[in-house]
Amino acid sequence: MKIVNQSITKIDGMDIATGKPVYTDDLVNVKALVVKILRSPHAFAKIKSIDVEKAKKRSGVACVLTHQDVPNQRFTMAGQSYPEPSPYDRLVLDEYVRYVGDEVAIIAAVDERTAIEAMKMIKVEYEILEPVLNFEEAIGHPSVIHPEENLEVNFDIGMKREKNIAATVLIENGDMEEALKNSPVIVEETYYTQAQAHGMMETQRAFTYLDVSGRLTIVTSTQIPFHVRRIVANALEIPKSKVRVIKPKIGGGFGGKQNASVEVFPAIVTLKTGKPAKIIYDRKENLGCTSSRHAMKIKVKLGADHEGNIKAVDMEALSDTGAYGEHASTVLGVAGYKTLPLYNTAKAVRYSGEAVYTNKMPAGALRGYGVTQGIFALESAINQLADQLNMDPAEVREKNLIKQGETNPILSGSKAGEPGKLDSCTLDRCIEKGKELIGWKEKYPSQRVSDTKVRAVGMAITMQGSGIAGIDTAAVTIKLNDDGLYSLLIGATEMGMGSDTILTQMAAETLEIGMDKFIVHGIDTDLSPYDTGSYASSTTYVTGNAVIKAAEDLKGKMMRQASGMLGVPLKGLRFKGDTIGVINHPDKQVSLNEIAADVGAGEGKQEQLMGSGTFGGDKSPPPFIAGFAEVEVDLETGKIVLIDYVAVIDCGTVINPNLARIQAEGGLVQGIGMAMYEDVLYDKAGRMMTNSFMQYKIPCRKDINKITVAFEPSYEPTGPFGAKSIGEVVINTPPPAIAHAVFNATGVYVRNLPITPEKVVKGMMESSK
Amino acid sequence: MKINVTVNDEQLEMEVGYDEFLVEALRRYGFNSVKRGCDTGCCGLCTIWINDQPTLSCSSLAVRANNQKITTIEGLQEEATDFAKVLVKEGAEQCGFCSPGFIMTILAMKRELKNPTEEEIIHYLTGNLCRCTGYLGQLRAVKKYMGVV
Amino acid sequence: MIKLFQIKNYAIPNTIEEAYQLLNEKRANTLLGGCGFLKMGKKTIPTAIDLSHLGLDKIKEDENAIEIGAMTSFRAVEVSSILNDHFDGILPRAVKEILGVQFRNVVTVGATVYSRYGFSDFITALLALDAYVILYKGGKIPLAAFLAQGCQKDILIKIVILKKNTRAAFHAMRNSQGDYAILNVAVSKENNEFKIAVGARPQRAMIAREASKLLGEGQLSEAMIEEVSILAAKELTFGSNMRGTKEYRQILCKALVKRGIKEVLS
Repeated sequence: MKIVNQSITKIDGMDIATGKPVYTDDLVNVKALVVKILRSPHAFAKIKSIDVEKAKKRSGVACVLTHQDVPNQRFTMAGQSYPEPSPYDRLVLDEYVRYVGDEVAIIAAVDERTAIEAMKMIKVEYEILEPVLNFEEAIGHPSVIHPEENLEVNFDIGMKREKNIAATVLIENGDMEEALKNSPVIVEETYYTQAQAHGMMETQRAFTYLDVSGRLTIVTSTQIPFHVRRIVANALEIPKSKVRVIKPKIGGGFGGKQNASVEVFPAIVTLKTGKPAKIIYDRKENLGCTSSRHAMKIKVKLGADHEGNIKAVDMEALSDTGAYGEHASTVLGVAGYKTLPLYNTAKAVRYSGEAVYTNKMPAGALRGYGVTQGIFALESAINQLADQLNMDPAEVREKNLIKQGETNPILSGSKAGEPGKLDSCTLDRCIEKGKELIGWKEKYPSQRVSDTKVRAVGMAITMQGSGIAGIDTAAVTIKLNDDGLYSLLIGATEMGMGSDTILTQMAAETLEIGMDKFIVHGIDTDLSPYDTGSYASSTTYVTGNAVIKAAEDLKGKMMRQASGMLGVPLKGLRFKGDTIGVINHPDKQVSLNEIAADVGAGEGKQEQLMGSGTFGGDKSPPPFIAGFAEVEVDLETGKIVLIDYVAVIDCGTVINPNLARIQAEGGLVQGIGMAMYEDVLYDKAGRMMTNSFMQYKIPCRKDINKITVAFEPSYEPTGPFGAKSIGEVVINTPPPAIAHAVFNATGVYVRNLPITPEKVVKGMMESSK
Repeated sequence: MKINVTVNDEQLEMEVGYDEFLVEALRRYGFNSVKRGCDTGCCGLCTIWINDQPTLSCSSLAVRANNQKITTIEGLQEEATDFAKVLVKEGAEQCGFCSPGFIMTILAMKRELKNPTEEEIIHYLTGNLCRCTGYLGQLRAVKKYMGVV
Repeated sequence: MIKLFQIKNYAIPNTIEEAYQLLNEKRANTLLGGCGFLKMGKKTIPTAIDLSHLGLDKIKEDENAIEIGAMTSFRAVEVSSILNDHFDGILPRAVKEILGVQFRNVVTVGATVYSRYGFSDFITALLALDAYVILYKGGKIPLAAFLAQGCQKDILIKIVILKKNTRAAFHAMRNSQGDYAILNVAVSKENNEFKIAVGARPQRAMIAREASKLLGEGQLSEAMIEEVSILAAKELTFGSNMRGTKEYRQILCKALVKRGIKEVLS
C-alpha cells in the first residue's frame, strides 16, 4: 500500500489551521435575524399563560414564537436512521417545560441586543410542578415528566411513559443462576458514571434562509446533515424536498452534533418571516441546553472460580436520559452489547436496565455511547476480582478475554443459534505490549516515592464497534472531471478528525494515483450522496468501504473506456493510475487526461464516467484497546497526578498513523477528563451549576503529562484495507484504569466518577478507621 | 462611539457600543478568525494581541482599544502559515476552531521567550484549551517550531 | 453568553479626582478594572469609569516598600523582576497558575483586591506580607482590615508592601490545573514572626492568628509544626461548595500549612 497506512497530512489542514473563514458563523454573508431563546427558569412547569405582545411590538423584532405557534407534531432531535429508536417526545416549543433551560419562546430580531431586550419583555406565568431530579427516584415518581398522549415511539423500546421509563433493555445468554452457583468467588459492586459534556470548541449553531425557489436552506455545524433534513422537515411539517442542508467545516462534535439541537429554531423563524436567520449557542447554552453523556448507575455481579476463570457477568443499569429520550434506548443497550462479549469464558452473561426521564438537561450521544459507562463498571469489577483473588489483573484478563476466531452470541452479526464470529482481534498482544510500555512488571502495583507520595499503575481493556450493523448506510460517488481530476463525493461529515483525508487516501490507493488528484467537497444534501453521518465510529469502516466500491466501479468504467479508445479487449489492459496501458506493449496506453478529454468530447454520445458504491455492514467489527495508567497520589491532599497513560490499540489497519495517533490522544484526554475532572452538577432546584468552562473543567495542558499510543493492528477482513474504527473506543479505558491505579496507590476504590482528590482522601480516612 | 484602531497595521475607524467587547466588534468588521469560545475567559480561542500582548478579546472592551494596536491572525498570515505547516505535519490541527487563538499565543511566545524549555512552553500555552487533540500533538509541533529538542 | 449587563455612558477620566467625582455621581456608576468578570454580571451601569489613563499600572520599588498600581495586570506581576526578587517570589508564584497568559493580561490587581474575591490566590499571598491598600479617600489601610471590612465607595489606587527580610511560601490545591484553587495557603516568616494566611475557604482569605502566634513562640520541631497546622485548621472557618466540602478544606488546610511552614524554615 502506497497511500493507505501513510501519515498523509490533512487535505484541509492549512485552511483550518490559519484562521480562514470556514465555519458556519464565518459564512453568514447576508444580514440575518438573530435568534434567541427564552428558557425555563423552572425544572418542571406548565405554562399557564405567556404574553408576548409587548415584545412583538418592540422595533427591530421580527417574530416571537411560543408553543401556540408551532406544529403539534412530536419529534426527536436524535440524529439516527429512520425509524429512529428514540421516542418522539418533543415539540419545537411545548406548554410543558421539563428542565431549567428548556425552550419557552423563540425571539428573532435585527440584532442580539434587540432580541435580548424583547426577551425581557415576555411575561410567562408558570404552574410549577414537582421536578424529578434524582434519577434513582424517577421510576414511579408522582410527577410524570411526559404526560402528553401524543408521544410516539417508532417501535417498542420498552417505554413506560407513566412510570418515567423511556426505554428498557434485556440482553442475556446462558443460565445465570447456575453460573453464579458454580462461582466460589463473587464480586458485587455498584458504580456511578456522571453526565459528561462534549465541550467541543465550536458550539452548536445554524444559519437558515430561503433560496430563490423558496426552499429552506440550513447551513449548520452538524454531524448528521441528512438526518437534520428529515428532522426539520418532520418537526415543521414541510416536505423533505423543501429542505436543503449544507455542512461546512465543524469545530468539533464528539456526538454533541449528532443531535439536531438548534436547527429547528432559525428554520421556523425563516419559514414564518421569509428572512435569513441565525442562532449561535453561547457556551452556557452549549453546556446547559443541548445534551450530555447519559449518567448511569451500573451494578455488576461477577462470578469466578479461585483460578480466575470468569463464570458469570451480570450487569444491571439505570440510565438518566434527562428531559427527553434522545438516544435513551440505544446508549443503554450499547453499554451491554459492547461490554459483555469481552470475557468470552463466561458461561452466562446478562445485562438489563432502564433509561429514565428526569427534569434535567437531556442526555444524548457522546463518544463511547454507553460503552464508556459500561466499561468503567465492568473493568473496575474485574480489577477488584483480581485483587480479591490475589492475581495479576492482566493475567485474569488474558485468561478470559475473547480471541480472534472465537464466536460470541452477543457480538454484532449474531443470529439466533448462530453466534457472531470475531474475525480480527489482537487484544492479547495489546495487553502484552501495554505492560511493556508502562513498565508493569517493575511498577505493579505500587511504590512509595516519598513520605507523602505513592506511585501506582492500573489497567483496563475495552472494545467498541465500527458503525451500526444493519442500519448505517453510506453512498459514495467518484466522478472523473474533464480536467482529469476526480471529485470524491461523500456524505460522511468531516469534523476535524480527518475523515475527508483518510477517505481520499482509500480512493487514491484504489485508483492508484496521488492525493492531489482529488477534490473533496463539504456536505450538501442536494448534491452529496446519502450517508447516515459521522457517528457510531462509522466513517472509516462504513463510508470507507463505499469509497472502495465506488473507486472500483469507476476503475471498471475507465477500463472499458480505454478498451474502446485503444481497441484492446479488457483482459489485455492494465490500470496504472495515471494511465491505462496495454499489457506487454509499454508504449501503447491512454492517460487519465486523455480518457477525461475523450468522454468530454463526442457530442454527448459518451457516458460521463462516475463510479458509485454503497455500503452497509451486517456486522460492526470491534476495535480493542488495552489502557494502562500510572498515577502519583499525594496521600495528604489526595491530589492525583497522571504520570503516564499507555494505550495499545487494535483498530485493524491504521489508515493514517498520524491522524489515528492524534485521534487516540484526544480521546484518551477526554476520557481522562471524565475520570478526574469533569462533572455536570445541579443545585437543589435543578439548575445546572456547571454551565461554563469556569465551572466545568475540561483538562488543560498542564493536566496532561505523558501519553503513549501504540498500535497492534489486526486485519479486519470486512474492513476497508483491513481497517476498523478508532473514534470512540479511545475514550473508554481511562476512567477504570485510573481508578485502578488510584486503588493500587491508596487502597481506595472510587466507584463514582469523577475520581476527585477529596473522594480519595476521605476514602483513606474511612479505611483507616 | 467611534474609535480609531490600528488593526493589522491598518488604520480603522470602528463604531462600537460602550458595552461591546473586541471579539464582537472585530467579527462585525470581518475579522472572522477571532473565535468566541467560552465567554468566561477560560479557553483562549479569542486571543488577539493588544499592543503586542496576547489578550482575551472576549474580556476587553472595544472602547478601550481606541488608539491602540490590534493584531489578529489575518495580519500574521505568513508566520501563521509557517507554524501551521509544522502543526499539520504532526496531524495536530484537528477541527481547527481553536487554532487562531492558539497560534496568536504561540507567536507571542516566540517573541517573548528565547530558548524556552518544554515546561515554559506548556505554561505559556495553558490558557488555550483544545478538546480534539489532547495537547500532546500540539506540543510536539510547537517544540519543533521553536527548535526545542 | 447572553449579555445582560449594559453600559449607558463611558468616561475616561484624566485625574483620580475626576474619576472619584464620576463614581459618586450615581450609585450604580462603576469603575472598570480588567473587565474579566464584567460580562457575567447583569448590571446596568449609568457611567462606566475607565481607569486606564491614570498611570496606575506601575510596579515601583523604593528603600522601604514596593508599590503595585491598581491597574497592574497579573501578567505584569508574574514577570516583574521586583516581585520575583522579593518575598521568595510568592506574588508571581500565586498568580502564575491562574488560567493562561491572555487572561492574566486582562485581570488587574486593583479590581481583584477591591472585590475581595474569596477564590483569589493573589490576595492570600499578599495577606501573608505586610501589605496595605491605598484608597483615594480612605487612605492607607492594612490589607487584613480592608479584607475584613471593605470600604465606602472609593478608588483603590495601589497596594503597598513593606520591604522586609521575609521568607514566604505559597501553596494552592487545585484538581485540574486550570481550575480555581480548592484552598490556598501562604506562610511568611520575618525573624520570629510568622503569618499563616488561608484563602478559598471558600470565603476570602484570613490570617490564622493563633496558629501564627503559636508558631512564633514555640520550638520549631516537627511536632510543633503538626500542632500549628492542626490549630490553623481549627481556628479558621471553612465552607462547602462544588469544589470541595468543608471537611476536605480542613484536611487541605492542615496539609498545606505544614508544607508552607516547612518551606519558609528551609
